[in-house]
Amino acid sequence: MKNSGQLLSGADIFFECLRQEKVEYIFGYPGGAVLKIYEHLFDVDFLKHILVRHEQGAVHAAEGYAKASGKVGVVLVTSGPGATNTVTGIADAYMDSIPIVVFTGQVSSHLIGNDAFQEADIVGITRPITKHNFLVRNVKELAPTIRKAFYIAASGRPGPVVVDLPKDVIAAKCHFHYPEEVDLRGYKPTYKGHTNQIKKAAEIIAKAKRPLLYVGGGVIMSGSSEELKIFARENKLPVTMTLQGLGAFPGSDELSLGMLGMHGTYWANRAVDSCDVLVSLGARFDDRVTGKVDTFCTKAYKIHVDIDPTAIDKNVVVDLPIVGDVKHVLAELAAEMNAKPDTSAWLAQINEWREECPLSYDDKDGRLRTEFVIERICEKTNGDAVVVTDVGQHQMWTAQYYKYNTPRSNLTSGGLGTMGFSLPASIGAAFAVPDRTVISISGDGGFQMNIQELTTAAANKLPIKIFIINNSFLGMVRQWQELFHQEKFSFTDLSASNPDFVKVGEAFGIESYTTSDPKEVDGLLEKALAVKDRPVLVEFRVVKADMVFPMIPSGASISDMMVKRLNPKRML
Amino acid sequence: MKHTISVLVENHFGSFDRVATMFSGKGFNIRSISVGETEIEEISRMTIVTEGDDQIIDQFVKQLNRLIDTIKVVDLTGSPRVERELALIKVTVPKGAMEEIKNINDIFRGNIVDITNKSMTVEVTGPPDKIDAAINLLSAFGIKEIARSGIVALKRGEQVRIIKEKNLTT
Repeated sequence: MKNSGQLLSGADIFFECLRQEKVEYIFGYPGGAVLKIYEHLFDVDFLKHILVRHEQGAVHAAEGYAKASGKVGVVLVTSGPGATNTVTGIADAYMDSIPIVVFTGQVSSHLIGNDAFQEADIVGITRPITKHNFLVRNVKELAPTIRKAFYIAASGRPGPVVVDLPKDVIAAKCHFHYPEEVDLRGYKPTYKGHTNQIKKAAEIIAKAKRPLLYVGGGVIMSGSSEELKIFARENKLPVTMTLQGLGAFPGSDELSLGMLGMHGTYWANRAVDSCDVLVSLGARFDDRVTGKVDTFCTKAYKIHVDIDPTAIDKNVVVDLPIVGDVKHVLAELAAEMNAKPDTSAWLAQINEWREECPLSYDDKDGRLRTEFVIERICEKTNGDAVVVTDVGQHQMWTAQYYKYNTPRSNLTSGGLGTMGFSLPASIGAAFAVPDRTVISISGDGGFQMNIQELTTAAANKLPIKIFIINNSFLGMVRQWQELFHQEKFSFTDLSASNPDFVKVGEAFGIESYTTSDPKEVDGLLEKALAVKDRPVLVEFRVVKADMVFPMIPSGASISDMMVKRLNPKRML
Repeated sequence: MKHTISVLVENHFGSFDRVATMFSGKGFNIRSISVGETEIEEISRMTIVTEGDDQIIDQFVKQLNRLIDTIKVVDLTGSPRVERELALIKVTVPKGAMEEIKNINDIFRGNIVDITNKSMTVEVTGPPDKIDAAINLLSAFGIKEIARSGIVALKRGEQVRIIKEKNLTT
């Protein structure tokens, strides 16, 4: 190993560790407490530092990088406000189990606790939103801590790890040794599932009349999309996906039912309600999926495969838990299948539901609608782009209408629901997979939450297609106001205050377009997709007051599913 | 139902905090908690008394296990165990009551550890219900202050060597 055993400063050790971890990119922002690291960064050639314009953007970029590439995303920020600005991003990564390591500067050890300039107890602040965090108290601990941080972030159920680096630790020197192995006696993730449980699962699936695979982000994270495809197709098992699971199984496959849950398809939710065996793979039965737990999937024998034992029986009590990595379990499960279930009648039934209530929107009045825009994007990219959405209506419509064909293509803030996620996350994705088309889709509200990252996209000439779905409203909040809050559209109308998005884009040096005409959409998409060496921004001015359907209201049952607007007078 | 849970944690910076933060973050209800060193220097034992139905306790134990700093989590409820708590009870001493308080103290095999002409501090050790009984009897005189340690507990019988072996933590 290079430089092993040498007397190095904390800053040099920091970079040697990153070299060992094969880090390609750091997303960061300099400041007082990390000046020493930035001093050394100046001469580092084996990785690239991407200067963001706000620390929250750095974390989302690292998340985007991690989700698109499957590698660990790395963030470097200063102490105090630099560190606290990362909090939303860290919470986001925690909720969606994204492997990132966030290095925060800290004031010198002797000043900790003194309310020193730019001091914040970031280890205390991030304790409940990290998989683990560290304060490095001695330069000798630096290399072992970084080794542990990367190991913890990426192994088991992935998640964010914070490493707090006091200024004096970075300046101090010691002999560098990078530990080859990590031994954490309190942390041993279980990868291999229990053999007898898997055997039992195989028997039950083989005998099922109405089996259903319920697939979450765990399938993508564990890299088992291929195994899933083979397993589902071999046994003719229909597949429904969570928001994070989209892309785990091709959306265009006839066995795909699309997304389930609150804004899931009618047929996926009917299938969940009627199935007799539900096999959950790397999903966690969250409330947006289950609605009212008492009425969720009551007829089925439930098999739950998850690497995180705490996910089991947390929200929904299951009949057969299998703790393990989906990839291992799926491989074993496939091998244990001695017979195939006969699902032809079941698939026919699902297809009837599919025809009974398809996804639909009004395309007769000549006005531009989000659903149409997403359909066109899907068509123009063959479902093969990396699509990074923000949070709200456009996110749900993208989940419904964009048929993701491949894993690591759907990047969205699911658990935390962080507005402002899309633009910075798409920057991370653009670095991670430079050969793929990266599309950022935001609403007019969320776009303004990390709008400063337009600079980062422009400065790095990233060929991101920045699409803004502008309905001049905080659309999803508006939808809830209309449905559940007596049509009091309190502080959701942005029409009078929104900026001119084309001028905004141009001010950042980004070629920008706008349209509200469905006939112009294809042309603009083609133009944007043809650009390979810089970002392009397109604003789609859509109908103001459309709502996302189907919808199962929060905490309600499938029988409460709304499939269309009951009060059409509200359509603007 | 009440559960006594024994947790071995890494005895380093922030690990108790992590356990405590987990309780508040997950909304678990804690009756008592005690922390102290063990026979191995870098490991502490936390003894936690909590309440809840089986599903909640199951989650509680799993969530504790999930923390990187916890080495072993055992729900002692249902297995033979020794549970002890220590209480310091400061009692008002009304005129002429000193002898009676001394008698109560003797019955509970306590120690009088501090005395003035107006108050006495009684130290009682035992299972929590014994402490409750002592407090109950002493409350007739007027209690000024109570400090209870929270329960510490160990399984009865042979010690389970779980600590230094690498593979026993899964």
